[in-house]
Order: sequence, then C-alpha cells, then structure tokens
Amino acid sequence: MSAQSGPPTFEIQDDAQGRRIAVLGGDWSLRSLRRRHRGLALDLSRAAQEPDREWDLREIDRLDAAGAVLLFRSWGRALPGRIHLREQHAALFDRLGEAPRLEPAARYAFGDGIAALGARSFDFVMHLASVVTLLGRLSLDFVSLLPRPGRAPWREISAGIYRAGVTALPITALVGFLIGIVVSYLSAQQLRAFGANIFIVNLLGISVLRELGPLLAAILVAGRSGSSMTAQIGVMRLTQELDALSAMGISYSQRLVMPRVVSLSLALPLLVLWTDALALWGGILAAEHALGIGPQLFLLKLPDAVPVANLWLGVGKGAVFGFLIALTACHFGLKIEPDTKSLGQYTTRSVVASITLVILADAVFAILTSHAGLT
Amino acid sequence: MTDAVVVAEQVCTRIDGRVINRDIDLSVRRGEILALIGGSGAGKTTLLRTLIGLRRPNAGRVRIFGRDLYRADAATQRVIRQRWGVLFQGGALFSALSVFENVALPLRETRLLDDASITDVVMLKLAQVGLDPKDAPKLPAQLSGGMVKRAALARSLVLDPELLFLDEPTSGLDPLSAAAFQSLLTSLRQDLRLTVVMVTHDLDTLTVLSDRVAALAEQRLVAIGPLSEIREIDHPFLREYFSSERGRQPSP
Repeated sequence: MSAQSGPPTFEIQDDAQGRRIAVLGGDWSLRSLRRRHRGLALDLSRAAQEPDREWDLREIDRLDAAGAVLLFRSWGRALPGRIHLREQHAALFDRLGEAPRLEPAARYAFGDGIAALGARSFDFVMHLASVVTLLGRLSLDFVSLLPRPGRAPWREISAGIYRAGVTALPITALVGFLIGIVVSYLSAQQLRAFGANIFIVNLLGISVLRELGPLLAAILVAGRSGSSMTAQIGVMRLTQELDALSAMGISYSQRLVMPRVVSLSLALPLLVLWTDALALWGGILAAEHALGIGPQLFLLKLPDAVPVANLWLGVGKGAVFGFLIALTACHFGLKIEPDTKSLGQYTTRSVVASITLVILADAVFAILTSHAGLT
Repeated sequence: MTDAVVVAEQVCTRIDGRVINRDIDLSVRRGEILALIGGSGAGKTTLLRTLIGLRRPNAGRVRIFGRDLYRADAATQRVIRQRWGVLFQGGALFSALSVFENVALPLRETRLLDDASITDVVMLKLAQVGLDPKDAPKLPAQLSGGMVKRAALARSLVLDPELLFLDEPTSGLDPLSAAAFQSLLTSLRQDLRLTVVMVTHDLDTLTVLSDRVAALAEQRLVAIGPLSEIREIDHPFLREYFSSERGRQPSP
C-alpha cells in the first residue's frame, strides 16, 4: 500500500467551471513528507489564505497523523468549508478538531524563588523528621530483638560486612597508601628545614590514626556502599518489593535498614584499621626515602610519640561514620519515588549528604576530644 | 512472498547453551493479526525479541519488509525501526518522562516536526487510544495499569507504523479493560491498516483479534493457521492449552 503510493503532491488546478481547486494526492505520511515538510507547509498556508478555496483530498492514498496535522494547521485548525475527502480521512480530521489543547506550562513568576527556598527548608525539616523516625523504628526493632537474638538478621549482616568491608579492601588500601606517601613527603620537606626529622613519626602517626584513616575510609565507603544501598532500596521501591515486604507483615526497617546499619557500623572500623596500616606503611616508605628514618626506628618510636588513645578514637569514629552513612543511605533509599529520575537524584543526594554528615561529625569529634591523646 | 511483512527463516536461538527457539519458520502477511501462543518457557518472548531486533539469532534470518534485519546497515535498520511499533508487556514507559513526553519522544527523534505539530500529533494519538488530555502531564508512576498500556500503545503508534508488535497486550488488565483494549486494537487496525504480531496468553484476545495463530511448544513452532484449525490439531500442548482455558473466564 504505502510502498506503492507516490510522494505527496500538491497543485492548484482549474476545474470545468474555471474555479481554482487545490488538489492533493499521494502519500502524506511522516516518512514521505520528511524532506518536503517545510516547503509544503508554506505552499499550503499560502493556498489556504485565499478565501473560499476549494480542496480536493480524494487522491491521497495514505494520510497519517503528522500529515493530517500539517494540513489542519495550515487551514488554521478548522476544516475548510468546501472540501472533498475520503471517509476515513474525514474521521481523522474530526478527531483532530476534537482533540483539546494542552495548557502551557506555568512560567516563572515573581516570588517563585522565595517559594522554592521555603519549600527547600520544609523539605530539609521533613528529611530530618523522617531520619529521626527511622532511628526510632530502628531502636524499637533493636529492643524487640534483644530477648530473641536468634531472630536477628545475622545472615544479612554477615553479607553486608562482606559487601561493604571485604570488597572495599583493595581501593581503601590503594588510596590510604598513596595519601600516606603524600603526607609523609610534604611533611618531610618542612621538618628537614627545622632539623626536626624524627617528628615525622608524631606528625604522621597522629594525622593518620586520628583523622586521615577514618575520613578516607568513610568517604570511600560513602561513595561506594552508601550509593549502592540507596540505589538498591530505591529499585526495590520501583519493583514494588517494598510493598511486598509490607504486605507480608515484614518490617522493612528490620529487614533492610538494620542489617545495613549494623554491618556498616562493624565493617567501617575494621576498614579504618586497614587504611591506617596502609597509610602508615606508605608514610614509612616515604620517610625512609626522604629523611633516612628506617622502618625499625619509625615503628620503635611510634608508641611513644602517639598515645594509643588516638587509635581508639579513630576506630570509634569509624563506627559512628559507618552508622551515619548507612542510616543516610537507607533514609534516602526509602524516599525514592517509583521513577528513574528520582532514583538518580536521591542516590546523588545520599552520597553528598553522607559525606557532609561524616565531615560534620568529624568536626564535632575534634571539638569534643580535643584533650584526649594529644600530649 | 512479496506481501509478507515479517519472515523468520530457520531461526535458532540459544541462551547460555540452552536452546530456546529451534528452526522457527514463520511469515506474517500484510494486514493480518498473527498471535503467538505457547506455555511458559516455550520461547515466545525470545522469538518476539528476535523479531524486533533485540536479540540476534544464533542461526537463521529475520526479514522485515523484505529486508534482512540483522544484516542490514545501520541506516536501513533505523528506517525499519521507524516503520514498526512495539508495545512491551509492562509498557516500558520512561518513568522520568510524562505521558506526553513519552509519546512525543519518537517524534522528536525524527526531528521533522516543530513543537506545535508534535503537540497536535501527540494529543491526537492520546485521543485515539482513549486517554484523557488531563493525563498527559502525569508521570507513568501515577497511572493505572490500563492507562499505562494505553499510553504505551499511543507511543508505539505515534509514528503511524505499518507493523505493530504486542507483547501480552491484555495481561494485567481486568476483563472490562481487556475488552476495551481489544476493541481499541480492532478499530485502530481498520483505521491504520496495521499488521500485528502479538504474544498472548489470553484466549479471549486470541478469539477476538487474531486472524492466524502460531503455537510454540518445546522450542519449536508446532502449528500455524486460523484458530479454528489450531483447535483441531492433536498435539499434547494444544489439547491441554485449549481444554484448560475453554469454558472459563480467561484469566487476566
């Protein structure tokens, strides 16, 4: 059918009575119109300007929505008074005439910015409130599991530790090692100027154990596991798995949130230890190279130079960071609406929020523990 | 053979070493509605995916409009793809776009029409599938199952295709919506002179819509012909299929 019909044709003919008639024929579908769309649109509207023009569409073999719209628009959105057309085409134009107009989208108005600011503030408060709610639900779950520890999701917790912890070992090792080298080299330059070479041990030990190790591990884990937790829970919303859990009477805070929060709170401190060790190793190598302080001397001096409280502080921070990251990730995951746009949006927000939160918490730690471990 | 729109020749497909389709020969004539039936795991969906160019068969050819789908160059493939419409089982609407934008997307991709014409075409198509213009700005997540199917149908029809692939067009619909969908398809077929290939489980849809039925069982095409002939064929799968569904309300 369409294969046989020719390209769209349009011409003005004189009929027997000498009246000028616009005669259309051929294939008026999107594919045939393709190149001639603009030219035909011009010709048509010029022809339509003449009042009381007569139209003959009976020669059209194929008319699709795009072709009908082209004609209809050039007629000024109404059928001409004098027109000959096939029955099935008439139905198409009737539908076009009935199809209601789409209301234009709202334009930016004065004051929208203020309204948006207000909406964001409310949004923030709502997020805060729902995090608190989640925390409360988590505590209740925890309390309810205390008398029956066998019912806790041990298997999920164990899997979570593997996913968030074990699989993160290579990347945290690499980053920790490199940062250790960088910090050590940079400090070595300054220390050598003062002739205080041996203080590299104090500098490196305290900065790595107290700040760098926990922060590096936390930021890497927030980007890695935090985003995957948010996306995972979000997809469960998309595929109605969350609804299925609720319908089965299974608390998703207990099933989904708790294992993630617990496993990350356990895995991150261990990752902190690992990152500390690799960062120190990198630092020691650089110190030997830049200052001539060998590994033996370094390790011998380390316990004297750095009080062990710093280590515990770092590991403790790791546990708190892990808790915060998992809680934030789960919170944003549960907030995801069932569409792909919000999935991306909330995953981004989850990572940004958890890293911000980690640094915020780190600052609080720094103030609260300013007397501990810094002799 | 010139009026065969879709032709499968000796199509074999294996997934992970498991044979899904074995030596499938199939031809769909212009203007007919062919239904693919078969039990779960018979290979219907895989065959459909092969026909719409999503899965290259391990052996055999697929011809669409006389062109070899998997051996055509990229430009030809694009033209072929613009001449067919596909309705996926779950609708496969883009969840981040409104119904309007979903339907407008294939049109925008052609870069032939200005915004105002696109709006007119989309509203026409929405009216054609029986969607309210008020639903146009909604997101797919806000739609009911029947509305999702309608919106997806509007999207698959927006380029006025000659060929339409339907994967379970009435699954997940209540009997009333399913009946409405069937009559919608019937009227569209008359208006647009469509050739349709559909996968369906629903015996009711099969009876109302299909001109011919192709039955798949144990990876093979066991029968093809009008429904009345297929019903009489003595094959264990077909006997079971029609006896299990005959006489009771087809499950949605």
